[in-house]
Amino acid sequence: MNDVLLSVQELWVSYGNIKAIHGISFDVHEGEIVTLIGANGAGKSSTLRAISGLIPYTGKILYKGQELRKISADKIVGMGIAQVPEGRGIFGNLTVLENLKLATWQRKDKPEIARDFERVFGIFPRLQERRNQLGGTLSGGEQQMLAVARALMSRGKMVLLDEPSMGLAPVLVREIFRIIGEINQSGTTVLLVEQNANMALRAANRGYVLETGNITLSGTGAELLGNPRVKEAYLGG
Amino acid sequence: MAQTSHPPLTLRQKLTQLWEKIATNRRLLPILLVVGLALSFLIPEFNLVNPYVQLIMMYVGINIILTLSLNLINGYMGEFSVGHAGFMAVGAYISAVLTTQIFARDLNPWLFPLAVLAGGIGAALIGLIVAIPSFKTRGDYLAIVTLAFNMIVKSVIENIEAIGGPRGIPGIPRLTTLPWVFIWTVLAVWVIRNFIYSNHGRGVLSIREDEIASDLMSVNTRKSKLLAFTLSSFFAGIAGALFAHVLQFISPKVFDILKSTDILIMVYLGGIGSIGGSILGASIFTILLELLRPLGMWRMVLMPLVLVLLMLFRPRGIMGMREFRWFVPIDDLEATRRWRARKEAGDAAASS
Repeated sequence: MNDVLLSVQELWVSYGNIKAIHGISFDVHEGEIVTLIGANGAGKSSTLRAISGLIPYTGKILYKGQELRKISADKIVGMGIAQVPEGRGIFGNLTVLENLKLATWQRKDKPEIARDFERVFGIFPRLQERRNQLGGTLSGGEQQMLAVARALMSRGKMVLLDEPSMGLAPVLVREIFRIIGEINQSGTTVLLVEQNANMALRAANRGYVLETGNITLSGTGAELLGNPRVKEAYLGG
Repeated sequence: MAQTSHPPLTLRQKLTQLWEKIATNRRLLPILLVVGLALSFLIPEFNLVNPYVQLIMMYVGINIILTLSLNLINGYMGEFSVGHAGFMAVGAYISAVLTTQIFARDLNPWLFPLAVLAGGIGAALIGLIVAIPSFKTRGDYLAIVTLAFNMIVKSVIENIEAIGGPRGIPGIPRLTTLPWVFIWTVLAVWVIRNFIYSNHGRGVLSIREDEIASDLMSVNTRKSKLLAFTLSSFFAGIAGALFAHVLQFISPKVFDILKSTDILIMVYLGGIGSIGGSILGASIFTILLELLRPLGMWRMVLMPLVLVLLMLFRPRGIMGMREFRWFVPIDDLEATRRWRARKEAGDAAASS
């Protein structure tokens, strides 16, 4: 097994009096695809938000052994954790190119940026075609691709994906998952949050099942796919 | 656009083509600037237009600077600042104190740019002090803080006897001239335009679109906001300094909430997030207000009515979120043009 890249230890998150996450712990190793599956309100998105430094929490989140709690959201991205937020977070009134350029906001290495643009346009030829179109005028699938492309442009060593399949037609979902696999092959570690448990577990090396703020099951993707409880609750019997 | 159309072009089409040529020819820009600068010297020298019209021209320039500076916050950054006259007051008072009490009278014409700059820098510093606590939270907070700031500035000035208290500063030399207004206006347009199309400017735009996503894109949103607000206050201060030296008399009353409202109106009339819109909005508002002067009291009825109609029929203002092609960087423009051409070629191929 490779080194631990991200380690979440005893993570508690609460919104006012409501506890959303009850002390969960899990690890993500370098080069893996790890998925968190669970129903609405299980705390999947809250976990990702905590990792990216968008919400306060107690407990420890370590990235390459360094604690992230005191670090601001923009610096965490600079350290190599990119998030594709739920609902994509596309800047609707900016062009595709501007959306992508924003992901390089902190970077000063111009030749590298140019190379990354080529790489990203290689993965998403569709975005190159539409680069001067406003983000808001793209279709849902294209917006999701743009969101993933932005995460790649910020040089994420690790990409957090929040429900990439949401609101997409089955063909596009397969396309997005194919791209996730491709990105992972090229060396990016992926933490994937999904309601579409079937697709997510097939793609993932390992998975965790999150239920009302607790991790109730964990195992390899194949193990969880075969688990009767998972089958019943998330795979439709 | 197919260039092979057989019927002779109508006058309208010819005019459109001519406009296209003018609007995309950037070589005209330096010529226009030189002509503009020359005119700004020649008009007062030979009294080409009467002094009243010259005065209005200066107000138009000053209002363009004010509108641009507020548009940076309310239009491009998507926050809501309502106390811009407060920053104007800071610039006006600093420069007026310098020219009436500190600088030697006969050196004034030479030191005037320094006084204006000092006004701008003073306003920028105050802007930074206001911005630091305001941007700790999100949303409507800034509106309340800037509103309070406007009132505080007014009452602080009213209570300092050294700068005239409520009586204000009379007898300010008339140092603002048409060339100076022209130069500062061009400078403001140039600086703000370049800021918006820079990396930092793009960060400011992304804050308006979606602040959380902007954080996740590695944009230091706090730094971007502070920078934009300081720049905005700087130009409000510059405008205030120029204003004081046209009016020749300033008092706290000149810089009350009503003045701030005027600036807001110009921004929303011209259209948010647009440099061209700011220029149009400021010019139309200033000139219209003068044209309506014979109406006396009724002017104050008509102007809000115009605004209500505008909001009903053109809620985004004249140029909301659109831009004159002259202000768009050549790269973006070229890219858009090529994309359009390819799309049209594709469409033509698909239809044949």
